[in-house]
Amino acid sequence: MTLTEEPRTTETAQPEIGRARRRKEDARLITGRTTWTDNMVLPGMLHLSIVRSPVAHARIGSVDVSAAREAPGVVAVYSGRDFAEEQGSLPCAWPVTPDMVNPGHPSIAVEEVNHVGEAVAVIVARSKAAAADAVELVDVDYAVLPPVLDMEQASTQDTDLCHAHLESNTSFHFVFDAGDAGTGGDTDEAFSGADVVVSRRFVNQRLIPAFMEPRSVVVQPQGDNYTMWSATQIPHILRVMLAMVTGVPEHKLRVIAPDVGGGFGGKLQVTPEEVLALLVARRLGKPVKYTETRSESLMSAHHGRDQIQYVDVAADREGNVKGLRVRLLADMGAYLRLITPGTPALGAFMYPAIYKFPAYRFELKGIFTNKTPTDAYRGAGRPEATFAIERIMDELAVELGMDPLELRRKNWIKHDEFPFTMVAGLEYDSGNYEAATARALELIGYDELRAEQQRRRESGDPVQLGIGFSTFTEMCGIAPSRVLGSLSFGSGGWEHASIRMLPTGKVEVVTGATPHGQGHETAWSQLVADKLGVPFEDVEVLHGDTSISPKGLDTYGSRSLVVGGTAVVKAADKVVAKARKVAAHLLEASEDDLEFEGGKFSVRGTPGTGLSIQEVALAIFAAHNYPEDVEPSIDADATFDPVNFSFPHGTHICAMEVDTETGMVKIRKYACVDDVGTIVNPLIVEGQIHGGLAQGIAQALYEEAVYDADGNLTTGSFVDYLVPSAADLPHFDTDNTVTPSTSNPMGSKGVGEAGTIASTPAVVNAALDAVRHLGVTDIRMPLTPERVWRALQTGGDGGDRAAAGTTAYGGASTESTTGVSTPASNPGGIS
Amino acid sequence: MSQITVRVDGVTYTDEVEPRTLLVHYLREQLGKVGTVVGCDTSNCGACTVHLDGAAVKSCTVLAVQADGSEVTTIEGLAAEDGTLHPVQKAFHEMHGLQCGFCTPGMIMASVDLLKENPHPSESEIREGIEGNLCRCTGYQNIVRAVRQAAGEMSAPETTGAQA
Ligand code: FES
Ligand code: FES
Repeated sequence: MTLTEEPRTTETAQPEIGRARRRKEDARLITGRTTWTDNMVLPGMLHLSIVRSPVAHARIGSVDVSAAREAPGVVAVYSGRDFAEEQGSLPCAWPVTPDMVNPGHPSIAVEEVNHVGEAVAVIVARSKAAAADAVELVDVDYAVLPPVLDMEQASTQDTDLCHAHLESNTSFHFVFDAGDAGTGGDTDEAFSGADVVVSRRFVNQRLIPAFMEPRSVVVQPQGDNYTMWSATQIPHILRVMLAMVTGVPEHKLRVIAPDVGGGFGGKLQVTPEEVLALLVARRLGKPVKYTETRSESLMSAHHGRDQIQYVDVAADREGNVKGLRVRLLADMGAYLRLITPGTPALGAFMYPAIYKFPAYRFELKGIFTNKTPTDAYRGAGRPEATFAIERIMDELAVELGMDPLELRRKNWIKHDEFPFTMVAGLEYDSGNYEAATARALELIGYDELRAEQQRRRESGDPVQLGIGFSTFTEMCGIAPSRVLGSLSFGSGGWEHASIRMLPTGKVEVVTGATPHGQGHETAWSQLVADKLGVPFEDVEVLHGDTSISPKGLDTYGSRSLVVGGTAVVKAADKVVAKARKVAAHLLEASEDDLEFEGGKFSVRGTPGTGLSIQEVALAIFAAHNYPEDVEPSIDADATFDPVNFSFPHGTHICAMEVDTETGMVKIRKYACVDDVGTIVNPLIVEGQIHGGLAQGIAQALYEEAVYDADGNLTTGSFVDYLVPSAADLPHFDTDNTVTPSTSNPMGSKGVGEAGTIASTPAVVNAALDAVRHLGVTDIRMPLTPERVWRALQTGGDGGDRAAAGTTAYGGASTESTTGVSTPASNPGGIS
Repeated sequence: MSQITVRVDGVTYTDEVEPRTLLVHYLREQLGKVGTVVGCDTSNCGACTVHLDGAAVKSCTVLAVQADGSEVTTIEGLAAEDGTLHPVQKAFHEMHGLQCGFCTPGMIMASVDLLKENPHPSESEIREGIEGNLCRCTGYQNIVRAVRQAAGEMSAPETTGAQA
């Protein structure tokens, strides 16, 4: 066979979609020409410092601010009582059950403090230093109450209360039963008839998002209008919520998210500090700024995860799964923030993952404790679900004496079975788990690693090798508005875009998806350059300012490209349609005879004629000559609401060395193949995967927010909260398979959370695979050398049993014959 | 108040500072050099890294008065006067070594220093060398690639028309 070059008919530019464009955003970021919120300086600006509670639970007696008021440079000092009438409650937009109990969340504590770090007073001063100096002059009288810290204990009858005015520490009890929903069989039946039941209790520890840019907010009053700059992921949602909370009318409020230094869900929030800055600015009529310290950030910005998972899986002896039962306790912390309850509830749909479970039941209790509230952190509910299912699939494989991958293969949805409605009712539109897995095995060099593992085992090498899998999927592209409505989410999931064709032929794209490091400016430019046939450089993407980009629902849930990018594409299609009419008029041709190619309209069969879309833009700006029946504009906008989620998937494989003498673990190799559908910019996709992996691996190996017995966060600085450095992470071997999504015209699926969701169980499974033959069946995350060593020496999961007030200990247990679950797997209050 | 004279990014400034003022706060608040940022309060993150008399320092660990009589280079003064990017800046862009960009000024300044000390670092030497700088976005892999690429470019003989 010979290769012949395809004849080139037309001079076509390289398509932008699929091209590894270097990012437009970089120019300012690599030269320090940035606009972080904390950079902002306004004439007469005052600076805020916040006095925070040093105790986890107390009634507030008196708050004496007189000394602070006299301090040099201090302009005003306020306690909770000063704002009690106007502060309202921070919003919770996701009441997951109709009877969910919400204690209300003051931005500044008035009567009671419920976690360490809660605001009790705010200092307003001429300089940041003066404000900080006055903090210790505020004298607060605390009548200390017993802190509620252990969520298992807190969920029982025998407990102190986190909020004295509530009847219990339980906020809600959320149940999804596939049998009741009609999407699956009866779970009890499935379990009672099963050959094998494996039950486990997993602790999904509390994490801190730890975006690198500390949160910062600036508010400028102008008469009764207010402009807020905030390091937020969600300027649009923030504006609506601030209007509802503070009573400042929405149209008098402008919110700007300038350069934002990472979020990962941690800036998907309406924060006490944002509300306080607005209230103080309103009170004083002066611009104010508040920027948190890292210690304040770790202590008071919302945390993530913190669930105890009781998981039972039923199967027959051949390894066909028969049923899945999940019972969760989720620590809400002291209050419900924006989507605190929804975060674990979102997991309800993800536990069955890629497997064909015929029966499924999910129960979730949200529990209050005297800790920082939890909320979205990269993956939000889905990493926890993926961890539990991928861990228990390995446990089931061990129980059955099967290869973990063979068990997965036996039960996953085959590529020719899509679309597939899974047991929780989601319709997975596309996927190819076989292909991703085959490629991942090749990438990591699987057979060689297994051989080495065998050699090390046989020789009794002190360093053992293990291989762990995670064959995950996730629901993202959040989301279809009607589905969100059915889940009681407070908002829709659409996204908005508009395109303005400027007279000089340049293009402005306005997007409601607000980036904070993802590269929207580059990717959206690629989409528009392709659609309109204009140069990439001629496109400017505007975002993050409610006056410039008035409609949007912002960036989270891997939704930006899938929902926001689709809105951009649809707006571009409308621009072309409008331009076509004008071009036909100017070319004196029928619209039907026009073709649009490479940014140019030309009359079919009449070479040499033609008008570029940029020329049309100028003509319509002049508006001297245009069709009678159209408006003089080719600008357009679009709002896109997807009909389904998208379901990225992939296979992650970790090879892990465990030093059985010291407990040290070391990732030897990490390979993953992610199917995120159509890829617009491979460079950005790879970067998202890398960053996601780092955070998922960090949960497995390094990070944990720990509270002591009094409710103090003992990991309150970067000395103790171990965000991994370059030296702590391995090289990643990544690749992609592409099975386009059918729920949006581009076929993309979303990539922001994939690495985080997938990687954690692969790492833990790998460590266990290395030492299981030594009798270890579980190791509590993070896999510190001490925990690994303890698990090796004394059995159990190596968790720190002494640290009261963290998550309670408990060992794994297995029932290999017919049975429901062991007593250890029965959480308090859920039966 | 103490008087200090510091040359920052090629301009000499004489200012009154409080003895407790950190160099990073002097740069940001008194000079408006907001390209250099603060990411922590325990000297762990490296976001504030600048060059003090040619060596990388975390500017949150240096008092402004200690910089009296010194020369400071920040991310804003790293590129050539005509705007030509430093090879490390260029490599971060080429290799996608940044996402949100908050760690980037510190990361670039630390990498420049690393390459001065060790012009041909191995992957593990790079990882160890930038250990004092945290990035939450990139997982570091593309930062490592960027530093390697910059090392290659910086050590290439300066010939016109050389192959990249
Ligand atoms: S701000 Fe200097 S090391 Fe973090
Ligand atoms: S690029 Fe965001 S912290 Fe490094």
